[in-house]
Amino acid sequence: MTLTLKEVEHIALLARLELTDAEKRRYQQQLSHILEHVAQLQTLDTIQTEPAPDALPKGARLRADEPKPGLTAGQALENAPSAKKGQFRVPPVME
Amino acid sequence: MAELTNLTLKESLQALNLGQASSVELTQAYLKRIVALEPQLHAFITLTPEKALQSAKAADEKRTRLAKSGQAIPALLGMPLAIKDVLCLAGTRATCGSKMLENFVPPFNATAVQKLIDAGVVPLGKTNTDEFAMGSSTENSAYGVTRNPWDLTRVPGGSSGGSAAAAAAKLAPAALGTDTGGSVRQPASFCGVTGIKPTYGRVSRYGLIAYGSSLDSIGVLARTAEDAEIIFRLMAGFDERDATSSDTPVADAVCSDHTSIKGLRIGVPKEYFISGIQPEVEKAVREAIRVYEELGAEIVEISLPHTEYALPVYYLIAPAEASANLARYDGVRFGLRVEDGGMLDMFMRSRGRGFGAEVKRRIMLGTYALSAGYYDAYYGQAQKVRTLIRADFDTAFTKVDAIAAPVAPTTAFKIGGHGDDPLAMYLEDVFTLPANLAGVPGLAFPVGFDTQDLPIGMQLMGRHFEEQTLFRLGHAFQLATGWHKRAPVL
Repeated sequence: MTLTLKEVEHIALLARLELTDAEKRRYQQQLSHILEHVAQLQTLDTIQTEPAPDALPKGARLRADEPKPGLTAGQALENAPSAKKGQFRVPPVME
Repeated sequence: MAELTNLTLKESLQALNLGQASSVELTQAYLKRIVALEPQLHAFITLTPEKALQSAKAADEKRTRLAKSGQAIPALLGMPLAIKDVLCLAGTRATCGSKMLENFVPPFNATAVQKLIDAGVVPLGKTNTDEFAMGSSTENSAYGVTRNPWDLTRVPGGSSGGSAAAAAAKLAPAALGTDTGGSVRQPASFCGVTGIKPTYGRVSRYGLIAYGSSLDSIGVLARTAEDAEIIFRLMAGFDERDATSSDTPVADAVCSDHTSIKGLRIGVPKEYFISGIQPEVEKAVREAIRVYEELGAEIVEISLPHTEYALPVYYLIAPAEASANLARYDGVRFGLRVEDGGMLDMFMRSRGRGFGAEVKRRIMLGTYALSAGYYDAYYGQAQKVRTLIRADFDTAFTKVDAIAAPVAPTTAFKIGGHGDDPLAMYLEDVFTLPANLAGVPGLAFPVGFDTQDLPIGMQLMGRHFEEQTLFRLGHAFQLATGWHKRAPVL
């Protein structure tokens, strides 16, 4: 399993990661190596096997969907890199 | 009174309760030791000595007040504690070992932390970790490597390496860690301390900054099984803020002077004694199993046939979950923002510069495993093989009460020893990953030393929500042997 540089760039874009050329080449080689290793899973017959979505014997539960006090707007904005008028400020999305 | 930092957590509690030491004295003793040894070890990312002394003083005043009015004293009132830097402690920055969160100050406490604060603990600071808990050596921390107290040229293990070094070097009576693929047990083994990785769902993950959500668990690194049990029982229990939190009742404490293990059956899985394992590690673990036989346990040969697949399964599932969990670091609401250009540029640059090499590698791997056209072959297949691994444990636990195995194939390796070879580093986790994939609890503790005087750890794995069986076995071993009492000379 060898990834092309183009595939690495595609994954990086999906993952929203800016990579240097050196990083791209390193990850191309390392990810290919890791994917070769994990390919051994393909040798197992799992046609009759259900996937395990989590590690819980009984599965997850949901609490009642009722409003409860949480963080205040002020607390939620405490760590914002940029905030204005009680909101997160971001660069323009449209030109 | 002996040097306060030499007391176990249980002994420190007795000293506090008998008025032989105050929380301020105990906290000062630890802070003094931290000042002396931290330059060599670098176990902490953030130290909060002023806050610690303030809360120690408040704890002493509270104790006096409660005693006067005859009210109950909280279980850990005035007890210093170190906390891994992936857990939220309100008002103290939580970096996760990442430049991305260098200035992130959580406005709330993790549930596990809150429960311990309610019980009276005094946080000393936040311990070093591989970035976002991804690693087996703390070498992936953006804040520098932690050094193993037994040999400063070696790693302490990871990702809870700071907590393990702090517990081993007596910089704290105990420290909180987290375990997604072995990150409590492997550093406990490398540093010669006792570490509990609870059952998945046993301790609320609320306020644990997420890595692999179906695998993450919060545990304790301590000097004895008894100390680990005390903290574990206070953290455990249902929390509606974690959808995977369990309401299975927490058992009473089992560690006492009379702890007996007669009649317990311990399974020895042949898949964990493979070629490539350091001979001294195998010898020490086999000797520990013999001790158990002498103590009255029944030893049973068992098989966990899908063990070899745990590594590929883990390195698909954990990165896949990480790639989704770490999508939140985009420069908008918290963390590093690199702003030049438009929104997409901001996302890409903030993430490109905020994350280190291993985190990027796992995000890339996970994104690939989840991407269109590859999902079924990689992530889907890994989820199915996870079912087979879990079934191995279910079958084994019909025959035995616990499973004994080495924690890691070797003792602590040299800093830089694995260079830039991610797969070699991943192989460090080969014996710890299965418990996370199956969701079962694991307890690691020292069972010997190699010829270089480095600690060797054994792990016991148990049935879901039966941590008490592991504590029983761990404590009985520590009543009968002295390995856990050896401390590094610093």
